[in-house]
Amino acid sequence: MLLAEQALNGLQYGMMLFLMAAGLTLVFGVMGLINLAHGSLYMTGAFACAAVAAATGSFWLGLVASLAAAAAAGALVEVAVIRRLYARDHLDQVLATFALILIFSEGARWLFGSFPLYLKLPPSLSGAVVLPGGLHYPLFRLVIIGFGAAVAVGLWWLITRTRLGIRIRAGEADREMIGALGVDIARLYTIVFALGAALAGFAGALVGSIQSVQVGMGEPVLILAFVVVVIGGIGSIKGAFVGALLVGMTDTLGKALLPGLLSQVVEASSAKTVGASLASVLIYVLMAVVLIMRPQGLFGARG
Amino acid sequence: MKLKRLLICGVAAVALAGAAQAEGVKVGMITTLSGGGAGLGVDTRDGFLLALKNAGDAAKQVELVIEDDQQKPDVAVQIADKMIQSEQVDVLTGIVWSNLAMAVVPAAVAQGKFYLSTNAAPSQLAGAGCNPKYFSVSYQNDNLHEAAGAYATDAGIGKMFIMAPNYPAGQDSLSGFKRYYKGEVANEVYTQVGQTDYAAEIAQIRNSDADAVFFFLPGGMGIAFMKQYAESGVGKPVIGPAFSFSQDILPAVGDAALGVRNTAQWSHDLDNPANKAFVESFQAEYGRLPSLYAAQAYDTANLLLSAVAKADVADADAFRAALTEADFPSVRGKFSFGPNQHPIQDYYVREVVKEGDVLTNKIIGPAMTDHGDAYAEQCKM
Amino acid sequence: MGELLNRDAIINLVIFALLVAVALGAHLAGDGFTVTLATKAAIFGLAGVGLNLALGYGGLISFGHAAFFGIGGYVTGILASHASSGMPVVTLPFTIMGSNEMLGIWPVAMLAGGVAALAIGALSLRTSGVYFIMVTLAFAQMLYYFAISWSRYGGEDGLSFYVRNTFPGLNTFAPIQYFAICAVLLALALVFTAVVTQSRFGLALQAARQNSQRAVAVGIRPYAIRLTAFVLSGMIVGLAGSLYADLNRFVSPAMLSWHMSGEIMVFVILGGVGRLCGPVAGAAIYILLEHVLGGISDYWQALLGLLLLGIVLFAPGGLIGIVTRRGRHA
Repeated sequence: MLLAEQALNGLQYGMMLFLMAAGLTLVFGVMGLINLAHGSLYMTGAFACAAVAAATGSFWLGLVASLAAAAAAGALVEVAVIRRLYARDHLDQVLATFALILIFSEGARWLFGSFPLYLKLPPSLSGAVVLPGGLHYPLFRLVIIGFGAAVAVGLWWLITRTRLGIRIRAGEADREMIGALGVDIARLYTIVFALGAALAGFAGALVGSIQSVQVGMGEPVLILAFVVVVIGGIGSIKGAFVGALLVGMTDTLGKALLPGLLSQVVEASSAKTVGASLASVLIYVLMAVVLIMRPQGLFGARG
Repeated sequence: MKLKRLLICGVAAVALAGAAQAEGVKVGMITTLSGGGAGLGVDTRDGFLLALKNAGDAAKQVELVIEDDQQKPDVAVQIADKMIQSEQVDVLTGIVWSNLAMAVVPAAVAQGKFYLSTNAAPSQLAGAGCNPKYFSVSYQNDNLHEAAGAYATDAGIGKMFIMAPNYPAGQDSLSGFKRYYKGEVANEVYTQVGQTDYAAEIAQIRNSDADAVFFFLPGGMGIAFMKQYAESGVGKPVIGPAFSFSQDILPAVGDAALGVRNTAQWSHDLDNPANKAFVESFQAEYGRLPSLYAAQAYDTANLLLSAVAKADVADADAFRAALTEADFPSVRGKFSFGPNQHPIQDYYVREVVKEGDVLTNKIIGPAMTDHGDAYAEQCKM
Repeated sequence: MGELLNRDAIINLVIFALLVAVALGAHLAGDGFTVTLATKAAIFGLAGVGLNLALGYGGLISFGHAAFFGIGGYVTGILASHASSGMPVVTLPFTIMGSNEMLGIWPVAMLAGGVAALAIGALSLRTSGVYFIMVTLAFAQMLYYFAISWSRYGGEDGLSFYVRNTFPGLNTFAPIQYFAICAVLLALALVFTAVVTQSRFGLALQAARQNSQRAVAVGIRPYAIRLTAFVLSGMIVGLAGSLYADLNRFVSPAMLSWHMSGEIMVFVILGGVGRLCGPVAGAAIYILLEHVLGGISDYWQALLGLLLLGIVLFAPGGLIGIVTRRGRHA
């Protein structure tokens, strides 16, 4: 029973990471851009949701606002800054987006203050439900799993079945060619960037409502999303999905099981802290193993 | 304009007739005014400034320099070096975080400066590492956890699930709790520092046979845990130290915090004249309820003023003696220093309630009276 | 071309001389704190010089150099704390005692930085491009989390050792003397970098950066060359970490955080990538900005962000790039 609940937790955590990693991997894949400020877009979504929910009293409007605000911020940043970076090397991209983090974080602090914001679930989404087998589980975590799955299906549909998707795939394959085919690349890039930003902002709003909405909340998640992308393979939505679930499961089950396992081997008091320390580096070990086996990631294109 | 360096009052070399024979004192405040933890530093600064303002003319003896440590230990060390080497301050104060205090305090007192702690009070500085020039005006770090353990014992809770982040303050927290908890610890869990998802731990709580949960998760970690715990429907009672239910954090936790018992040495509804005056003037000045950090800084400033009125800071022994007397109206009511210059004071159990629309704490009873700390014996001064 | 090289050499000398002049001037004026700031600039400059070897000359965009910086720092902190407690650091398989001699600590710090760079580099260099950036970042982050939970050496609280380590014949606690130590080490690192980059190895490294395939065709093995550069880079940064620990008499996981990696990178970029003295100028400017902007507003990091953005977008050669370009047109 405990294991089943922990597995659900891992699944939910993985879905949240997927929302973050999907945008990152799309932007990598299509534009070849490394975006450190992805975590700032996540934060933007959370702050927008909290602010709008507080002003209107509606969590749903807040969610819509998180999508809109993050997409708008993404589009704005793309047009003003990111666009100039596509032709540059990764170093410039890292630096410029690192600068964007500083600007976003201090800007949010200036607008909203240093104290964490309040964001609460509506009654219809809060509380626990009883699952088959008698397991009590928070409803909202199931909702996050549902949203994650829906986004995964939606992205799959978008990329394989729509015109925009064809262009995105073409852009991944050969950047010059789609320009020659008369596709407005500038617009395509803005749309892709805004789409990734919206997903990050959406994740921020979902997570913000069960965690805390505060400046700097995006940075730890960003690094986990990097790990996911490295494991899954750059540019692969499928890879992001599998990688996110792997990381989510490894982290959750590691934290839940390692201290207990270890206490059977060594004496109890140090087992707790050592086990917790080991659990915290487990996902990086996972990443190292994947890199040794497949340097291009599980679903990455060769080279 | 330099926002970050507020020079409050220039020291005139004129001794005020009858007020004091002492010269002025230069105080350097190092606290967190930018970045994620800025809220705590802002309250520390505001509480300290308010005490100086309320003191009127007496505050003319105090020249205050404030700098932002960005919650980074290396920055705090450099500011301390600057305040000591270039600005020649007599007293340092204001650090919120234990790790920053450990970086700054030992070197500062070794160079002959006084340090008055407005918050952080790690065990290393209370026991063998105590120092005649170091005073904690807040508590010793273990105290609130000890009070929670004592409360859990008094409340007759048989089995507890206890949880803290895997870092020194977290480990101290759980050992502090266990020091005064006489029941059985059902499970002891260390979480990651900065962790924001507690689903795995909540599942363990649900599946344990504990009757209640004790947790120490400062800042955003506590907010996240409380919200997720409320959603989980587990429903076992929760006890914690005041940090996760302080006035600065409660609005972000929301109704999930309602009914939680937490321990502190101060509360805004503590019934004494000094506290009434403090809470009223704080609200009038800043338009919000004061937090624990503001109260501690307010007391620190008043302690400093009481010593300045009695002794010249240049005469370190006399100044130290004046500080040791703790002759100031504390917002905590009773307040005195133990042999290691950490407080001996009462601790209370508070419950989170709603007053109108505002979440706040209400005292429901004492947890410990005239309590010192576990390290005083190891202190040889 | 020859004239340009000369100009670069002059600029390098001027930058270094300026740093020394600021420290000396402040010392004569009795301003100990400015000497400390100049020392910080020299140390950060040294870290930047180390990163520049991998990043500027080798084209290896490491976002994880805080790992080596922190390791150097922790080696120093651990040895110093054991020296004051008298307890050995390890007893098995052989006994290692603590030390408070800088001359003894530096080689250990460099060795530890180099070994870590060997391990991280051996894995990370299997990847390239964006992967490399993220993988180095993730490995540094792994060490960061490990340090936080490693309670034996203070965990998140960090480790204080109160007294600066000693150097024969000098009083390291005097700001100007400690500055002298750091400045000499910085100068040595600059000379070392200049020699290495002009050597056969250095030319091969730069060839591998510019065109990996052609380099292979002329018999260069990019992986081995890059790994060597990465290890050398890690050693220099480890030394900088050791000096930084001694400057503050304190180490903490913050030295391993990804903000630190970002800052070291910023020093290199501010000054100009692949320029010998670029990182020194960058570090000095960064520290100057921190103090000037920090005095203007609590939100100074946003201003720093804007400035950085401006440099990346409009002055890709860094600040030295601006100077030399003007020089060339004139």
